[in-house]
Amino acid sequence: MRMLINVPETVVADALRGMAAAHPELSVDVERRVVTRRDAPVAGKVALVSGGGSGHEPLHGGFVGPGMLAAACPGEVFTSPVPDQMVRAAAAVDSGAGVLFVVKNYTGDVLNFEMAAELAEEEGIRVAKVLVDDDVAVTDSLYTAGRRGTGATLFVEKIAGAAAEEGAPLERVESIARRVNERSRSFGVALAACTTPAKGSPTFDLPEGELELGVGIHGEPGRERRPMMTSREIADFAVDAVLTDLRPSGPVIALVNGMGATPLLELYGYNAEVQRVLGERGVPVARTLVGNYVTSLDMAGCSVTLCEVDEELLRLWDAPVETPALRWGR
Amino acid sequence: MEQVGEKEETGEADRVDDGTETFGADFLVRWLTHLAEAVDREADRLTELDSAIGDADHGVNLKRGFAAVSDILAKEPPATPGAVLTTAGRQLISTVGGASGPLYGTLLRRAGKTLGDGERVTRAELAEALGAGVAAVSQLGGAQVGDKTMLDALVPAVEGLRESYGAARTAAEAGALATVPLRARKGRASYLGERSVGHQDPGATSSALLFAALDETAGAEASRSEEASRSAESSRTEAAGAETSRAEGAS
Repeated sequence: MRMLINVPETVVADALRGMAAAHPELSVDVERRVVTRRDAPVAGKVALVSGGGSGHEPLHGGFVGPGMLAAACPGEVFTSPVPDQMVRAAAAVDSGAGVLFVVKNYTGDVLNFEMAAELAEEEGIRVAKVLVDDDVAVTDSLYTAGRRGTGATLFVEKIAGAAAEEGAPLERVESIARRVNERSRSFGVALAACTTPAKGSPTFDLPEGELELGVGIHGEPGRERRPMMTSREIADFAVDAVLTDLRPSGPVIALVNGMGATPLLELYGYNAEVQRVLGERGVPVARTLVGNYVTSLDMAGCSVTLCEVDEELLRLWDAPVETPALRWGR
Repeated sequence: MEQVGEKEETGEADRVDDGTETFGADFLVRWLTHLAEAVDREADRLTELDSAIGDADHGVNLKRGFAAVSDILAKEPPATPGAVLTTAGRQLISTVGGASGPLYGTLLRRAGKTLGDGERVTRAELAEALGAGVAAVSQLGGAQVGDKTMLDALVPAVEGLRESYGAARTAAEAGALATVPLRARKGRASYLGERSVGHQDPGATSSALLFAALDETAGAEASRSEEASRSAESSRTEAAGAETSRAEGAS
């Protein structure tokens, strides 16, 4: 194992200490694991609170700041945070206008946020929840717990965060968040498994010359394994998988996301192929974001997420944002 | 491992096996402490199982949670069996995270609430309470037996516990093994579909640890042979009956 860490037990706390040092505009409670924007609570504004396992950086702590999240709760590596964290975060950022929990569809996240919502409401905080479930690799059927929540989390947090920043009431912010999720779909591919600090070896075995199609963001194996494909072939496969499910009638925002160990040289090359397929399928691309945003530790690979936008969603996407990982317009 | 029979005040609990003998909070504290040791010992195996069909964190998460349970029970020992379980459950929810935290936390909390605030309870009452806990877990996770989850071990274990500690343990271990050929329908492994087949469920495996620890805590009787266990049980009912029972066991 070659990792830049001390011991697995302190990985999350160590990262939070470093994050605090790098970002004085954030307020980082290392012990209780809550990252908030320093000016929270912002009077009269709805607060977005998100969270999930660590190991997906910059998600979620990197998306805290004006125009996006009011607070994030990082859990242990690949493990949902606990309700105490979420309640503490909600209490710290609620201005009285209410809190929107952004929850990725994983059993642990769903259960912990549900418990947290109950506890927060008992403390007099108005809470709404949006469940992100954009991953088309997982079929929504009787036999599964529904689709996973992956790349669309960024779209939901950015767009709903902009609505909150504009002063939209809780119901409105919630409905916009749902709309973004309903119009977003993702598909991920792994070229190599990731290594968690606790385990110290790859979480699944992926031989040289093969790739996993339909992976999530937790180092779990995907749905299918195939011999290595070219960037062009992967883009055809992934974009078609997304479009089969999404069928957009208008323009989309495209996120070409790295899983952690794939360099931008490859991601930009992959984006060229993604744009080509979208062009061939007649889907106009309004905006594109390329980079490592929703990662899976040191996993090599990428995902593509498309969000079909209308005028309002696009305007909110373009609205100013100032976070460690996403900033424009200010 | 610490055998509970060494301490005098635990002698009563050790002999419990007919479901009518009572035990106090100390017995459940020893169970959960013993379970924390077992989870610590087995953490790597649980993580290994989880890396096959999940995300390789089950062992390390439970280890952290049960260590915290063990700590709080040692520092502030609750007065009643019910309070031991609710305290432990709350501690799991606030330290484990993931799906295991709320699920195991709910199991113990609901069981604790069902026990109420009596100072002494019986094995039958514990089985009843854990049964309520298991029902709450099933409702929370929306899973059933056969979905390849912890319920595959918990449900038969609670049934077994109505009979004896040993039966609960055996049923839990068999239930965990029985998850191997199943296709996961809940939790993260469900995302793998057919690829989850052929792997033992980590949650069912950790649930089996729970009942193995309970059996061991219940004393030497329960972990010894069936015959010894039966004779111990009978000796509590009536001396003459014990003779008969032993004779029957031998025949």
